[in-house]
Formats: sequence, C-alpha cells, structure tokens
Amino acid sequence: MTPGTVLFLILALIAVASAIGMLTSANAVHAALFLVINFFCIALFYLGLHAPFLAMVQITVYAGAIMVLFLFVIMLLGAERISLGSTLRWQGPLAIVLVVLLLGVTIFILFSPQIGSQMPVPEVWTAAQAAGDAEFGSPASVGLVLFERYLLPFQMVGILLLVAMIGAVVLTRDELKTGRKRREAQTAVSPDGQTGEVGEA
Amino acid sequence: MFTELQEANFLVPTSYYVILSAVLFTIGVAGVLIRRNAILIFMSIELMLNAANLAFVAFARAFQDLSGQVFVFFVMTVAASEVAVGLALIVAIFRSRKSIDIDELHSMEG
Repeated sequence: MTPGTVLFLILALIAVASAIGMLTSANAVHAALFLVINFFCIALFYLGLHAPFLAMVQITVYAGAIMVLFLFVIMLLGAERISLGSTLRWQGPLAIVLVVLLLGVTIFILFSPQIGSQMPVPEVWTAAQAAGDAEFGSPASVGLVLFERYLLPFQMVGILLLVAMIGAVVLTRDELKTGRKRREAQTAVSPDGQTGEVGEA
Repeated sequence: MFTELQEANFLVPTSYYVILSAVLFTIGVAGVLIRRNAILIFMSIELMLNAANLAFVAFARAFQDLSGQVFVFFVMTVAASEVAVGLALIVAIFRSRKSIDIDELHSMEG
C-alpha cells in the first residue's frame, strides 16, 4: 500500500464518518459543524487531485460562506434542537434498505464489465505526466479555460447570482414590511386605546 | 472500467475516488429520506452536490481535461445561489408557520 493510498483511506474515513455524524446528530449546529469537517476533507481530496484552485474555492465558498449562512439561519430561527423521531414508523428502515440498494446498483453499474467498459477511463495519468504536467489545475490554467471556452456560461452564472440575490432580498423583505405595519398598528392602539388613523399616516 | 493506474507513490486510482463519491452521495440521499427538518434536508443536498463534484474532479484528472474542474466551479455557484434562496424561503416559512418540520407543512395537499 502506497503512502498516497493510506492518506486517502484515512481522509475517506473522516469524510464518511462526518457525513454519518451529520445524518444522525440531534442538534442542528452539530450537524452543520460535521458538514464543515466533511467539506474540508473534500478540499484536501481536491488538493490530491491536482485542483488547488478548487480546493481554495471549496474552503472559502462552502466551508466559509455557505456554512456561515446555514449556522446564521439555524441560530436566527432558534432551531438547534431537532426531533429525530418520525411520524411514520416504517419510513426510516425502508429508507435505509432503499439507500443500500441504490449504493449497490451504482457501484455495480460503474464497475460491471458489460456496462462499464463502454465508457473506458484512459490511462493517461502516469507518474511521468504527474511530474511533467505540474500546470494542470493551477489557477492560471483554470482561468484560461474558464474565460476562453466557457465565457458565456460564466456570464450566465453571474446573472444567476444576481437573480438569487434579488430573490433572497425580496423573500425576506415582504415579511419585514408586514411586521412593521403590525407594530405600528399596535403602538397606535396602545397609548390611549382608540384606533385612530395614526397607523395609516 | 478502471484500469489500474501506474503506481507512483501518491497517485490514488480514480476508482477509489468514484467509490467514495458514491458512498457520500448515498449518505446524502439517506439524509433527505430520513430527516424531517428542512435545514437538515438542505445540508444533505449540499452533501450530494459535493459528492458529485468529487467525481467530476477525479474524472478531470483521469482524462487530463480541465472542463471537469470548470464545471465544478459552476456547480458551486449554483449551489451558493440555491442555498441563499432556499434559506430565505425557510426563514419566510418559519415566520408564517412557526415550524420548519416538513411533516407539518402539508397545507397544499388536496
């Protein structure tokens, strides 16, 4: 067993264990922190796969921005405690059976010689190439591909982010406005007990 | 499908990464099926997206093609916008219904 394989197995163990920890924890904050561990493991896998740019993006975007958003919403809603019990008794065992079946079928399809051989993975990544092609996956080379071959998708993703930003603002803003109106109505009623036009003005 | 790659010291075969990706994706599916909390279901979806990204990067290395890595970049952007809108929806639902348990959100059933 090579050192690389040993390292991979240790990291894979941490990744799977943290994913299962996320699945089974009764506290939403703990689940989010388990997911952060999992994202860090995946960033390390990216480093091992000659994708240092993606590893850094994984840490800043996923482990940073997205998980902070998750933790913020969990604490904002005060939804740390989650009930693990389901209303349907048979749902959990059935889900586990189906999921094990799904994993078996996926791995069978990927590795069965009849189906899998139609999509062969080329044996191009050799030790000689690993030494020679150090540029593969560097930020400069990823940027070249991104801005030459995928310029239009890049622009469309920018528009998508803008739409998502506006959508998030609109979805939460509506509630704020009705909350303020209700508060104004309450303050208009409470001081002298008459429901005047103060709230409307 | 996967021929054994040449054994340099730190090269892990692509098949290992694909198996790990399948396992992580399956755990994500289990999370969506088992958990009743909307935020936990969202986290499971993120886990599935990450598993797919891992497979993309592994195949990008095997085929020596950077398109796989660029596609992972796009998937991350879509995931970020999905999380922003989804969490805004969850906050809005929580404000009106005082709960994010998806078993209690059945007002649209016939």
